Amino acid sequence: MGGEMAKHVMLVEDEPNIIEAIRFILTRDGWRVDTHSDGQTAIDAIGAANPDLVILDVMLPGRSGYEILQELRERPATEGLPVLMLTARGQTKDRETAERIGASRFMTKPFSNAEMLEAVRDLARA
Amino acid sequence: MTSLNLLVAVCIAYVVFLFGVAFIAERAAKRGQGGWLRLPMVYTLSLSIYCTAWTFYGAVGYAARSGLEYVTIYLGPSIVMVGWWWVLRKMVRVGRSQRITSVADLISSRFGKSNTLAVMVTLLAVVGTTPYIALQLQSVTLSFATFAAADARAPLSTDPNSNALAVAAGLAVFTVIFGTRNLDANERHHGVVMAIAVEAVVKLFALLAVGIFVVWGLGGGVSATLDRIDASTLGTWQVDGGRWAALIFLSAAAFLTLPRMFQVLVVENENEDHLRTAGWAFPLYVMLMSLFVVPIAVVGLDLMPEGANPDLFVLTVPLSQGQEGLAMLSFLGGFSSATSMVIVASLALATMVSNHVVMPLWLRFSTAGATRSGDVRNVVILSRRVAIAGVLLLGYLYYRMSGGGAALAAIGLISFTGVAQVLPALLGGLFWRGATRFGAMSGLLVGFAIWAYSLFLPSFGPAIMPPGLLESGPWGLGWLRPQALFGIAGLDPLVHAVLWSMLLNATTFFVVSLVTFPSPLERLQGAQMVNVFDHSMSPRSWQGGAAQSEDLLIMAQRILGSAEAQTLFRSEAERQGIKGYLPEPSPEFLQRLERQLSGSVGAATAHAMIGQLVGGMSVSVQDLMAVADETAQMMEYSSRLEAQSQELSRTARQLREANDKLTRLSVQKDAFLSQISHELRTPMTSIRAFSEILRDMELTEEEQNRYASVIHDESLRLTRLLDDLLDLSVLENGQVSLNIRRGNLSVVLDQAVASASAGEGGRRLEIRRDKAQEDQVLASDLDRLAQVFINLIANARKYCDATQPRLTIAVSRREGGVVVDFIDNGSGIPKEAQDLIFEKFSRLGEQKAGGAGLGLAICREIMTRLGGDITYLPGQGGAAFRVRLPAHLALAAQ
Repeated sequence: MGGEMAKHVMLVEDEPNIIEAIRFILTRDGWRVDTHSDGQTAIDAIGAANPDLVILDVMLPGRSGYEILQELRERPATEGLPVLMLTARGQTKDRETAERIGASRFMTKPFSNAEMLEAVRDLARA
Repeated sequence: MTSLNLLVAVCIAYVVFLFGVAFIAERAAKRGQGGWLRLPMVYTLSLSIYCTAWTFYGAVGYAARSGLEYVTIYLGPSIVMVGWWWVLRKMVRVGRSQRITSVADLISSRFGKSNTLAVMVTLLAVVGTTPYIALQLQSVTLSFATFAAADARAPLSTDPNSNALAVAAGLAVFTVIFGTRNLDANERHHGVVMAIAVEAVVKLFALLAVGIFVVWGLGGGVSATLDRIDASTLGTWQVDGGRWAALIFLSAAAFLTLPRMFQVLVVENENEDHLRTAGWAFPLYVMLMSLFVVPIAVVGLDLMPEGANPDLFVLTVPLSQGQEGLAMLSFLGGFSSATSMVIVASLALATMVSNHVVMPLWLRFSTAGATRSGDVRNVVILSRRVAIAGVLLLGYLYYRMSGGGAALAAIGLISFTGVAQVLPALLGGLFWRGATRFGAMSGLLVGFAIWAYSLFLPSFGPAIMPPGLLESGPWGLGWLRPQALFGIAGLDPLVHAVLWSMLLNATTFFVVSLVTFPSPLERLQGAQMVNVFDHSMSPRSWQGGAAQSEDLLIMAQRILGSAEAQTLFRSEAERQGIKGYLPEPSPEFLQRLERQLSGSVGAATAHAMIGQLVGGMSVSVQDLMAVADETAQMMEYSSRLEAQSQELSRTARQLREANDKLTRLSVQKDAFLSQISHELRTPMTSIRAFSEILRDMELTEEEQNRYASVIHDESLRLTRLLDDLLDLSVLENGQVSLNIRRGNLSVVLDQAVASASAGEGGRRLEIRRDKAQEDQVLASDLDRLAQVFINLIANARKYCDATQPRLTIAVSRREGGVVVDFIDNGSGIPKEAQDLIFEKFSRLGEQKAGGAGLGLAICREIMTRLGGDITYLPGQGGAAFRVRLPAHLALAAQ
C-alpha cells in the first residue's frame, strides 16, 4: 500500500453483525470503511463521502438497493462508481436485475471473507 | 183500412222477436247447448237469403213483365245444388281446412295470399253488392209506402227516405250486435244464422199464404186459375234461348260467388254433410217460393187497375181485397227477405273490408300498437263495425242517388253479373293447379272493366253514360259501343255483357296463368286446395302421382339446402332412369324424402309437409300433436344444450379463477421462499464471516469472545426462525393438536409476562394489568394462548417507541366471550400497514429486533384454531391488539 492514501469504501447495510464483520475484514486489509444503514439517505451519504467503492445491500429499510443503484447511475458524479451488490435472496432474477441496472459485481450472502476481499480489490483497482 | 200505426207496431214487434231469436241462439251456442242450431235444416233455411226482396216481390213483377223467365233465377242455384254439389263440397272443405273467411280470402289464399287480389275482389264485391242493398231498402220503403197510401189517416209527411234510413240504421245495429261478437270469422254467427232461418220460414209462409189466397180465394181453385193463366199471355213459353242460358248461368255463378252466399254456404257451414240435406231441401224451398208466382201475377194483372206496379202485387192484391192481416203477413215476408239479405251481405262485406283493406293499412301505418294483441283485436272489431255501418250507408246513398226508379230485377241482374266475374278465378283456383295470381288478377280486371263499361255504368242512365256514347261508341269507334262490343250488335244488353265479360275474363285468366309462374306459396296453396280430397288413406305410405316433383324439390331445397336436395333428387331420377332432377314421385321415393326431411325438421313435420304437397291434405290433429311433440323435444334438447353450455362456461370460469388463485399462490410462494431465503441467509452470513475471522485472523481474546457470542446469537436466531416456520406450517395445515385445559386467564397472562420479559434485559417495558378483570375461567389450549400473549408483549417491548414504554392489558366480557386488549403508548401502526401486519414476513420499520416477521401470522393462526380471533384496534393512541376468545371457551367466573 505504501504511502498511498487508504482507499475509501462505503458500506450500505442494515444488519449490525454483517456490518461488523465486513468492516473488520476490510479494515484489516487497509481500507477505510464508512457505513450507512438507511436506504432513504444513502445516496446523499455516498455523494458526501465520495468513496472509491460502494458495497450495497439489496434489502434495506426505506429504499431498496436497486433503487439506490439506479439513482447513482443516473448521476454524473457517481455514474462510473464501482458498486458491489449483496443480496440474501439469491435468486437468478435478482442477479439479472442487478446487472441490468448496472451493478459492477453481484454477491450472494453468505460469502467467504476471501471472496469479499478479492471482489473489493478487483473493483477498486479497475 | 189497415192502420199504419199497427203496421209499425207489428214491424217493431217482429224486429224485437228477431233480436230475441238471435240472442237466445247466441247464448245457447255459447253454453254449448245449441244442438238444434246445427241442424241441417237450419243450414238449408239460411241459404234462403238467396231469395231476397227481389225474389219475394220482384219475381211476380218479373213474371208479369217477362213471363216465365223469372224461373231462371231459381233454376241456376237449383242446378248448382243438385248438379254441382261437388263444387260446393270442395269450396266448403277448402273453406274449413284453410279457415277461409270470405270469397276474397279464398281467392287471395289460393293465389299465394296476395292481398292485392283480395282488395280487388273486395272492391268488386262492394261495388256489386251496394246496388243490391239499395234494392232491399227500396223494397221495404216501397211496401211501406203502399201501406201508407192505403191508410187514409196516415200523415202525409211519411217520408220514404227517412224510412229507408231508419231501416238501414236498424239493420246496422242488428248486424253489429250479432255479427261482430266473435272475432274469429270461423266461429259462426249462430244468432244471425238462426234469425235468418226464422225469416226464411216467415217469407215462405207469407208467400204461400198469399198464393193460396189468390188461387183458392180469388182464382176460384186450381183449375180455374190454370184457365186464367192459359188465357193470359204469361202462359205462353216465350223462350229466348240466349237470355235463358245467360240468366241460368248468371244465377248459378252468383249463387257461388255472392259474398252473402259464400258467407252462409261456406263460412257458416257447420258440417259438410249438411250439403246433402241442402242438396234436395233448397231446390224444394225455391220451388215452393216460385210456385205461386205466375198465379199471383196473372190474378194481379186481372184485378189491379192499369198501371199498378206488378212488383208489389204480393202486397197490393190482398190489400185491395181487404185482407189486412194477410197483407201484413206479406209485408213481413218481404221485410224478412230484405233484412236477412242486408244483414248477411253487410256482415260478409265488412269481414272482407276489415281483413283485406283496413287491417293491412292499419298494420302498415301503426308500428307501435301492432305488437299488443289486445289492440289488434279491438281494431279488428272496430273496423268491422265501422265497415258494416259504412256498407249500409253506401247502400242507402245508392238508394237515394238512383231515386228508386229502376225496376227491381234489373238492379239484381247487374249486381249478379258484376259478382260473377269472380267465378273464373274461383273455379280455376279450386280445380286447376296451373292457375296463377297474375292470371286471376288480369282476368278479374278485364271482366270488371267490361262489366262496368257495358252494363253497370249504362244503368245509371244519361247522367253517367251519355247517349252519344251508347249510339256510336267513344271517339266514334263503333266497335267500342258499350252495348255492342266488337261489332256484335242486336244482343240483349245483359246477355251481351255476360258473354263478353265472362268470355274475356276466363280467357285472360287462362292465358296469363299459362305464361306466368306461380310463387312457392301459390304452389303450396294450390296443391292444398286442388288436392283437398286426395287425403291418403294409409297415414305412413304415400300414393304418389298427385304430387309434383318440382314442388317437392322446391320444398326440399328450402329445408335441406339446394346442393343436398338436388343430389337426392338426381340420384333418385337416375335410379328411375329419368334424366334431370325430377324423378317420378313414387311412394318409395316419397318415403325416402320424408326420412331425409325428418332429419332436419322432425318426422311429424316432414310427414305433414309432404302430406300437404302430395295429398293436399289438411294437417290432422294427430299430425299437429306430433309436430308439437317434436318441437317440445327440440326445445327441451336445446334447453339442455343451453344448460350444458352454461355449465361449461361456469366450469371454465371456475378453472380460470382457480388458475388465477394458483398463479397468485405461486407468486406468494416465490415471495415466501425469497423471504425465507433472506431470513436464513442473513444470520448465516454473520456466522460464516465471523467463523472465518476466528479461524484465519489474529485476534485479541476480547475480540474472540465477542465474535463467538455473535455466532452464538445468530445461531439462536436461526433456530428460532426455523421453529417459527415449522410452527406456522403446522398451524396452517391444520395438523396441530390442541391441548384443551381449564385455567384462569390471569394465570396465563402471568406466565406470558414472565416469559416475554426473560432475557430482555436492555429495554424496560411497564406493563399495566387489572387482576380483578383478569379473573376469568377458560377452557382452551392455554399454552397456545400464552404463546399469543407472549408475542404481543414481546412486540410491544421491541417496537414501542415511547420514551417510557408502557403496555396496558385490559380484559372485558363482550357478547358472551372474553376480550383481551393489548395497548401500548407508542406511535402505533400506520393505517396503510394495519392490514399487512398479520401477513408473513411483514416486518415494519427499521428496527432489527431479531424477529423474522412471523409472530403475528402465527398469532392469527393460533386464534383461528382456538375459535377466536386477533385484530388490530385502530384509534387507541399506540399500537393496540384485541384478542377475542369465543363464548363457549369463556366459562363463567367462579
